[in-house]
Amino acid sequence: MSSSLEFGSIFLTLKVASVATIVLLILGTPLAWWMSRMKSPLKVVLEALVALPLVLPPTVLGFYLLVFLSPKGAVTNFLSLFGFSGQLTFNFTGLVIGSVIYSLPFTVQPLVHAFSNIPTNLLDAAKTMRASFLDRFKTIVLPLSRNGFLVAATLSFAHTVGEFGVVLMVGGNIPGSTRVVSIDIYNYVESLEYDKAHTLSAILLLFAITVLILVYSMNRRIAMKEKSC
Amino acid sequence: MLEGNLKLQIGKFHLTTGDFSLPTTGITVLFGRSGAGKSTLLRALAGLEPKTIGLLKFNETLWQNEDTCLVTEKRNIGFVFQDAALFPHMNVRENLEYALKRSIERTESVESMAMKIGMEHKLNQNVQSLSGGEIQRVAIGRALISKPKILCMDEPLSALDHQAKNEILLLIESLAKDSKIPIIYITHSPDVVERLADHVALIANGRVERVMTLKEALSQMDSPLFDEEGAVSVIEGRIGESDEHGLRNFGNDLINFKLTGLDSRTCEEQHRLRILARNVSIALDTPERMSILNHMRVTIVDISPKKNGRVIVLCKLADSQTLMSEITGYSLATLNLEVGMEVFALVKSVSLLGF
Repeated sequence: MSSSLEFGSIFLTLKVASVATIVLLILGTPLAWWMSRMKSPLKVVLEALVALPLVLPPTVLGFYLLVFLSPKGAVTNFLSLFGFSGQLTFNFTGLVIGSVIYSLPFTVQPLVHAFSNIPTNLLDAAKTMRASFLDRFKTIVLPLSRNGFLVAATLSFAHTVGEFGVVLMVGGNIPGSTRVVSIDIYNYVESLEYDKAHTLSAILLLFAITVLILVYSMNRRIAMKEKSC
Repeated sequence: MLEGNLKLQIGKFHLTTGDFSLPTTGITVLFGRSGAGKSTLLRALAGLEPKTIGLLKFNETLWQNEDTCLVTEKRNIGFVFQDAALFPHMNVRENLEYALKRSIERTESVESMAMKIGMEHKLNQNVQSLSGGEIQRVAIGRALISKPKILCMDEPLSALDHQAKNEILLLIESLAKDSKIPIIYITHSPDVVERLADHVALIANGRVERVMTLKEALSQMDSPLFDEEGAVSVIEGRIGESDEHGLRNFGNDLINFKLTGLDSRTCEEQHRLRILARNVSIALDTPERMSILNHMRVTIVDISPKKNGRVIVLCKLADSQTLMSEITGYSLATLNLEVGMEVFALVKSVSLLGF
């Protein structure tokens, strides 16, 4: 195998992780806001559902996704009602869908935590000053949960980079199209190309350590800021 | 008038106000024990409790009925929260600007409001570095800068020490006078009511029991405003000049008290004197040759039933203000006191509110 393939898989991995992170932030923000303000007992159910990918084996999750997203699956059938005729598995779209669901808790949980820490009084005060919902969100919620967003984005991105099971099930192992770094490494080990597996593993290891140090230093900054209040 | 009839359930607590009508002039105090529902009522009035149902009208504007509910953003109110709720990511100036930018009427500048609240030197300071009193000053300024139609204050003094409390009370008094914005103020402490209130709304078990003037509230011998210190009279008057002994006169054309321990400040405004009923004795003859400075002719208008061997005698001063005296049932019997009698009230000690 040529060395250009290695970088192809790295590039693909970064692309999937970037797109998935953006989608996660767009979907996760309203979901997390809703959950953070929820008082109904249903909140527990929702929390459990969001946390599911943390405990479920990725292969199980991938398997169900494959069933629902396959050309004859429920989701594809439903979308075809609206004139959708594309494919949701074994391509980039499949990878992103799988990653979004798999990394959902890593976006939603830090955001729920950040949102819950914003005192309701601040938002009520802004209401009495005629600030609309979007205005309040932009001027109070976003600045006060900035660190939560940083943690959510970093963790979601990193977690997507590191996934294996879901990607393999939904995306398959198509070189240049769905073969991400983690699958690449698996293939190299299978074919006993340890030196290449070493290189890629070392890059991922370095990446993971950097990200974690970043996240923990951000957490420390938040904690210190909260203490000084 | 801020009138209506509201219902709201939060957990096990029920707010069932009954028909109420709060005056929208001067300061109306919502008074009641902790847990009586004062804060919940105030939040419901402000539209901050979305599950509130019922009717609510502010002067002639409908705020809420079965079909519609005007959101808080459109009620044009100011609200000072117990914990001030300053935005922690903004400095003092930005907090004031936040309210100003979004208000309909932008006649006041941030600088002039800062002067009024005594924060002109700290405009660029982070709100987290302010003292408790300063935090409440900014909260009050922020609520007033948008020229609201009504100002709601939810126990803004509860986290403050004595000194800061007094300063904020002075600020509220002067702002209320200057701005003419009606204020609805929550407290559970009778001395704040006696000092600030024009009207008192008694709140108990989630109901608005009664709305009355401060005078009416204090003229009841079993007023809920009376705490463990017993019955209290509040006398209004002006502070006069000092005499050659350093005593200052207080009162009006018809009544006069002599006050000690005041500095030489001059002041034009009406002030309130707080007198505990247990510090007022009664004599049948003109008292002479004694150390008590303040004694005056009064008429007995009511006598309470005996309680723990003591009675409250309700007296009228020459200018019709009410003064209460707490004496023993034994004295009542020996002096043969009856309603309608003219007697002398001996006032042992007074305290001036908010000077």
